[in-house]
Amino acid sequence: MELLLVLGVPLLGALLLAVVGHRRSAAEANVLVSLGTLVAAALLVARVMRHGTMLVWREQFFIDPFNVFLVALTAFVGFTTALFSRPYMRIEEHRGRLNARRLRLYHSMYQLFMAAMLLALLTNNLGLLWVAMEAATLSTVLLVSLYRTRASLEAAWKYFILCGVGIALALFGTILLYFAAEDLLGSEGMSALLWTHLDAVKARLEPRVIGLAFVFLLVGYGTKVGLAPLHSWLPDAHAEGPTPVSAVLSGLLLNVALYAVIRCKVLAEGSIHGVPGRMLMGFGLLSALLASFFLWRQRDIKRLFAYSSIEHMGIITFAFGMGGVVANFAGLLHMTVHSLTKSAIFFAAGHASQTAGTQRMEGIRGLLVLSPSIGWGLMLGALAILGLPPFGVFASEFLILTTAMRDHPWATPVLLAALGVAFAAIFGRVQPMVFGETQSKPLPHSPALLPVFAHLLMVLLLGVYIPPALAEWYRLAARLIG
Amino acid sequence: MPTPPTVTAQLLNGFAAGLLLISFSMLSQRRTRRLIELFAWQGTILFVSTSLVAYSAGLRHLWYSAALILILKVVLLPLILLRLVQRLQAQWDTEPLLNIPTTMLLGVGLVIFAFGLAQPISALATTITRNTLGIALAIILLAFLMMITRRNAVSQVVGFLSMENGLFFAATSATYGMPMVVELGIALDVLVGVLILGIFFFQIREQFDSLDLHNLESLKED
Repeated sequence: MELLLVLGVPLLGALLLAVVGHRRSAAEANVLVSLGTLVAAALLVARVMRHGTMLVWREQFFIDPFNVFLVALTAFVGFTTALFSRPYMRIEEHRGRLNARRLRLYHSMYQLFMAAMLLALLTNNLGLLWVAMEAATLSTVLLVSLYRTRASLEAAWKYFILCGVGIALALFGTILLYFAAEDLLGSEGMSALLWTHLDAVKARLEPRVIGLAFVFLLVGYGTKVGLAPLHSWLPDAHAEGPTPVSAVLSGLLLNVALYAVIRCKVLAEGSIHGVPGRMLMGFGLLSALLASFFLWRQRDIKRLFAYSSIEHMGIITFAFGMGGVVANFAGLLHMTVHSLTKSAIFFAAGHASQTAGTQRMEGIRGLLVLSPSIGWGLMLGALAILGLPPFGVFASEFLILTTAMRDHPWATPVLLAALGVAFAAIFGRVQPMVFGETQSKPLPHSPALLPVFAHLLMVLLLGVYIPPALAEWYRLAARLIG
Repeated sequence: MPTPPTVTAQLLNGFAAGLLLISFSMLSQRRTRRLIELFAWQGTILFVSTSLVAYSAGLRHLWYSAALILILKVVLLPLILLRLVQRLQAQWDTEPLLNIPTTMLLGVGLVIFAFGLAQPISALATTITRNTLGIALAIILLAFLMMITRRNAVSQVVGFLSMENGLFFAATSATYGMPMVVELGIALDVLVGVLILGIFFFQIREQFDSLDLHNLESLKED
């Protein structure tokens, strides 16, 4: 029942907003639908906490501590982003960058995107997981090109083609996995695509086929995670799409894609021990290092933080690659704090570039004079994402680093270099944007900064004190991933 | 599984070779209309070979897949694409990034690579179509190559769809197809994808007055 609500509310919301999304009150409706999804997700969480792992609807849906935590996170950030997008999109409309018809498209696709991500998280069927990931891409393509400028069309085209190719490779991987499992599980029904069934027989799967399947799955879903070298769609799509879309792409979609990679890794570890982990570590380190150097060359504020997302996804991928309870715990924690912090930063950065009238960082100056809340939001967000204590990012990065020192000492200098370079690059750019003088004028609508500070407060709390219930939950999930 | 009649196996191998041949001619074809026709032919062969597998293995769900191919890939998608090309007046592709002989040579290399990669896996398959897994992988890689070397938006999309054909062929040749729900979902995604691309073509045209993706190279690191 709760499951039906979690999937049904955003889907119905998408249909409703497709009809009335151009009205003035559509932004409020969008917030309400997202709130409904959040409530449904909370009910689902409560149920899983009470009854443990659920397997429903002919085993097509599977809810364990690992995905229910991501469902809650997705619904929460989806809700706060809807809160943020209400005044943000009003200002964009006020400035003539958008009209009512495009807002209708935006609202409807936003909800469809949420529904696709939640389906991807909840399904037990690897085929449906693929279909949902593709649906999530398709629903955001038109959002990236919402402004219809040359740059946004180019970004959306790149996004479509690169992610399309990536996801096609993932489909080939899924076919190979199905092929490997068919002998053991039979081709009748869908048994050979159900994750729980595959998990039960994973030790007996043919290693050669699984090896090839995992390579395709990792490269395929990895493209959507933004892992180097197939990351080039990510900064473009983040910079050219509207800011709420950048926030959900960075804060949620990357997590969901990584979730798919990890589910596949758990299966592959069964027959080819250690290899998938090493591959994740390699891709993760490469992405983190490459992204941190690219950070230096950025002039656009949203591109800067998009590269920072690649860096953090790299670190998280590395953590899951190391495996073990501590590293997985740190990876899950980092997924949570990154998604909260990064969406908060995009909210602040979006309003900052609206105030300055440009996304170029040279043009954004003196935010503290203009609007102290935007300035502090951006500054604190940047400090949090850079891993300064006492924010939660520090805690997870510290855990990842110490585990790396113990188990894989060779990787530590690479990680430290990536973190150090990223620190210098981001801090050096955010500092002059926040302080300094300006001639810009304040915004016509008051910005929504409640989500920014709510997110940052949560990240701060997670850095100081993880509630025992949440810690227990992470621990369960970490053990599940193995 | 009983030993299959050799005629069927021979025919299937023949069809697989036909699919690969069409992939190569797509690689060398620069006229957009002809490219779409070739894509429709590829769909037709895929339809016939899937029907043959369905008939010889007696699998009902494969008949549905075959029907899906017929509707989607032989009729609907080529028609949509042809109408788009007509309305957008995009008959010719511009000069590809690599000249055609070089592309063909690269293609041959990819086919050899695909066969090498698929060899150990097709040895494990029990389906009557197992020898064709290498060809399926080759079609996917050739389509990939086409997407890389073309600059015209329509050609890139045909490459994308041809890759999807290869994936479908892989699914039927290795496992007698995926479960129906998944296939329907995939088909829906492809259809929606093409519709979105159709919208996209118009937006790109409106902004750039051409479908040449040369124009889409301004977003660079700076």
